[in-house]
Amino acid sequence: MTDLNYDKSLKLKQLLPAKAVKEIDHWITKYPAERKRPPIMPALKVVQEYNGNYLTEESMQAVAEYLDVPPVAVYEVASFYTMFHLNKMGKHVVSVCTNISCSLRGSDKVIKHLQDRLNIKLGETTKDGLFSLKEVECMAACGGAPMLEVDKVYHENLTEEKIDQILSDIAALDASSKEGK
Amino acid sequence: MCMVEVSSIPKAVPACATPVADGMVIQTSSQKAIDAQKAVMEFLLINHPLDCPVCDQGGECELQDLSVGYGNDVSRYVEGKRVVTDKNLGPLIATDMTRCIHCTRCVRFGQEVVGLREMGATGRGEHVEIGTYIEASMSSEVSANIIDLCPVGALTAKPSRYKARAWELRESPSIAAHDCLGSNVSVHHRRGEIIRVVPRENEAINEVWLSDRDRFSYQALNEGKRLLKPRVKRDGEWVECDWQTALNFVVSEMKRIIGASDGNNFGALVGNNSTLEESYLVQKVIRGLGCNNIDFRTRRRDYSADEMGNVRSGLNFPLADLSNMDATLLIAGDLRQEQPLAALRVRKSTGFGKAMAINPFDGEYNFRLSHEIQPEPHLLAQEVACLLAAVVSKVKDVAADVSDWLSDVSFNDTHLAMAQELIDADKSALLLGVYVQEHSQAEVINWLAEQISELTGSNWGYMTQGCNAAGNNLAGAVPYQADVGGRATTGKNAKQMLTEGLKGYLIHNCEPDVESIWNEQALENFKKAEFLVALTSYADGRMQDYATVMLPIAGNYEASGTFINIEGVWQTFAAVVNAPGETRPAWKVLRVLGNLFDLKGFEYESSRQIHDELKEKHELAGDKKIARKTPAALSAASKDDSLRDSLGLYLVDPMVRRASALQQTPKASTHPISISRVKT
Ligand code: SF4
Ligand code: FES
Repeated sequence: MTDLNYDKSLKLKQLLPAKAVKEIDHWITKYPAERKRPPIMPALKVVQEYNGNYLTEESMQAVAEYLDVPPVAVYEVASFYTMFHLNKMGKHVVSVCTNISCSLRGSDKVIKHLQDRLNIKLGETTKDGLFSLKEVECMAACGGAPMLEVDKVYHENLTEEKIDQILSDIAALDASSKEGK
Repeated sequence: MCMVEVSSIPKAVPACATPVADGMVIQTSSQKAIDAQKAVMEFLLINHPLDCPVCDQGGECELQDLSVGYGNDVSRYVEGKRVVTDKNLGPLIATDMTRCIHCTRCVRFGQEVVGLREMGATGRGEHVEIGTYIEASMSSEVSANIIDLCPVGALTAKPSRYKARAWELRESPSIAAHDCLGSNVSVHHRRGEIIRVVPRENEAINEVWLSDRDRFSYQALNEGKRLLKPRVKRDGEWVECDWQTALNFVVSEMKRIIGASDGNNFGALVGNNSTLEESYLVQKVIRGLGCNNIDFRTRRRDYSADEMGNVRSGLNFPLADLSNMDATLLIAGDLRQEQPLAALRVRKSTGFGKAMAINPFDGEYNFRLSHEIQPEPHLLAQEVACLLAAVVSKVKDVAADVSDWLSDVSFNDTHLAMAQELIDADKSALLLGVYVQEHSQAEVINWLAEQISELTGSNWGYMTQGCNAAGNNLAGAVPYQADVGGRATTGKNAKQMLTEGLKGYLIHNCEPDVESIWNEQALENFKKAEFLVALTSYADGRMQDYATVMLPIAGNYEASGTFINIEGVWQTFAAVVNAPGETRPAWKVLRVLGNLFDLKGFEYESSRQIHDELKEKHELAGDKKIARKTPAALSAASKDDSLRDSLGLYLVDPMVRRASALQQTPKASTHPISISRVKT
């Protein structure tokens, strides 16, 4: 039975710093108050950001309660959009588009090359926790197919050399930032 | 699959999603349309496992039917098919999710009809899966309707899984027996065994739906421990015997006890879902012997209106109107537990109208309440009185005795707002839930509700326990009146019979030691009684300890009869299957008893004759209305005497209590709320 004193916002507040909750509240104001489902997406984005770059069942449940929507509505959104991760991810998530344009322009070769280079399969993470590989749907960059996205940057017209360059650049940047610390 | 060719559009388009426009010429079976339909079929079958030979839906599958018409003989796809893990949706629904074609009917049913979204479509593209995501039993009380909705064999009924092929089943119409709506069902049976029960469309009652309780209760008949032969207790041991011996014993004992006490020391209790015919014959036998102690209301505390005569329980408006009320006020009404399909109708009405509640518990609603008051149970009448006072403050022409009665009743803004909603609404209704009739001030609340409905121009409805409260009343299974309101010397009511203790009892199709508010006292008194004859379908339960004779009677679907639903509709049904063993329809047992007692008027050859006799009397007499008198001033009811210890969803009658799948659902274990939780 429902407990009337139950605070539906509690779980989320325990999970996130006050700053993040404030951010979600800000997003909620951007949608009509009687529509509860639109803020699911921005809320999940915030949660993922503060939650080690992935979503747990617990955090999705918290979002559902906070927004007063059925939990399954949150799962639907989280499992549909490829930018939400349902498992622990590597530091850099390499998202390769395999939709129609990219596929026609050789995305399977891109995937194969990445898998060989990183020695992981789609959906896996390298042992050092640096890279994860993910297959995604069209990212609206068909003009530059085949493409991939990593760390919010699009890389288009990919060749094997280009891919190697991208990976080593990221690795180098990572190493230098570590030294800098 | 609804692709059509439209003159002005070069491509075939889906009919269901294309708005009608002026001058459109639509072809449904042109070559272009048929090609498009076939193409869609081909897509639907790309990932479908085509496992019809082992699928429960085979023979009654929409996809199968369509593929016969539109599918290719051989698939052009050689790629591997997708496989989806099955979901565990609980004890009622079996899943084979690889068969799912993502029509999302099951998702939309939860979202749109029930208002409780449990299923969803997770994942994307090739990876879409229908399910609950996190494993969870369906918790809704109408969940199994998605079995009927699912066009393929992805969702099938777990209890009847692999039991029969659709084409082996015979279908017979009947009436469900577990709430006061009287949902129409089709019983599917094979060689005398009920395989499953499905809804039968009746827009005026259940539309196309069925509650899980009405759908799966049949299991008790097949799997419950049935009583197959009459039994008599001799020196504390049960001895099976033939009908003659058992009935002769019953006759001599009843004669002895009733004769020795002028009928005062014997009592009959009738179950909530006994048929009209059975209840009528029980009272005819009992009254024929000069005993007036008969009742079916084992959950009633307030009998103060009995002396006024016939109280017709029910609605004063068509049930279907519940779907389009502008305002509905629930008074102690827990529709989802009590009449699940009525809750769906009220939910429908909240699409445009308002629902409000004065419920002495923290209910689970599948619709939004615009105003809610949660009094403590013993203060329910006070709260309704406040609402009446609020109504009176807003309307003219209030009878003097009503305003006098209310002279020191105050009200707050919520009462005022509720009153305003009821007054403003074109169509409105007050629904008094089962608990109202169990309340120790039931008659005051009834009177208040009547005043409110009169002053606000609202309809009213008394939702009753069981499926035949109206029928039981009419049949005279009450101490204050014989059949159809005929005069009777007043006898003892259920509370008196159960708490005072009698020498002898006849209980028909009920277990007051479980169902009654006074169940523990009932048990004690039953054990103390010299003689107790139980007409029952089941051989288990505490009845074995307290009964002296057990007579096996046919269960639901095994005998013919009539239920009168809350709207006053007489629904007569025939037996669907034969009763097992030496079990006999109760009306036949009672007829023979009547004959053995040498009573007049027991020459019936069919239950239809009993029905006709009553119907004729009823038509002559009509429904008697009672004029309630202004009650005495209101004082708080005692807390102990107003506990809301309602029967849980799956505890309402002997049959439901023995339906195994229902008993495994999460709803079976959540105990009904007994005290209100008031927001602090
Ligand atoms: S109703 Fe059946 S076929 Fe349609 S989405 Fe649900 S499970 Fe799949
Ligand atoms: S198909 Fe790859 S970006 Fe559009």
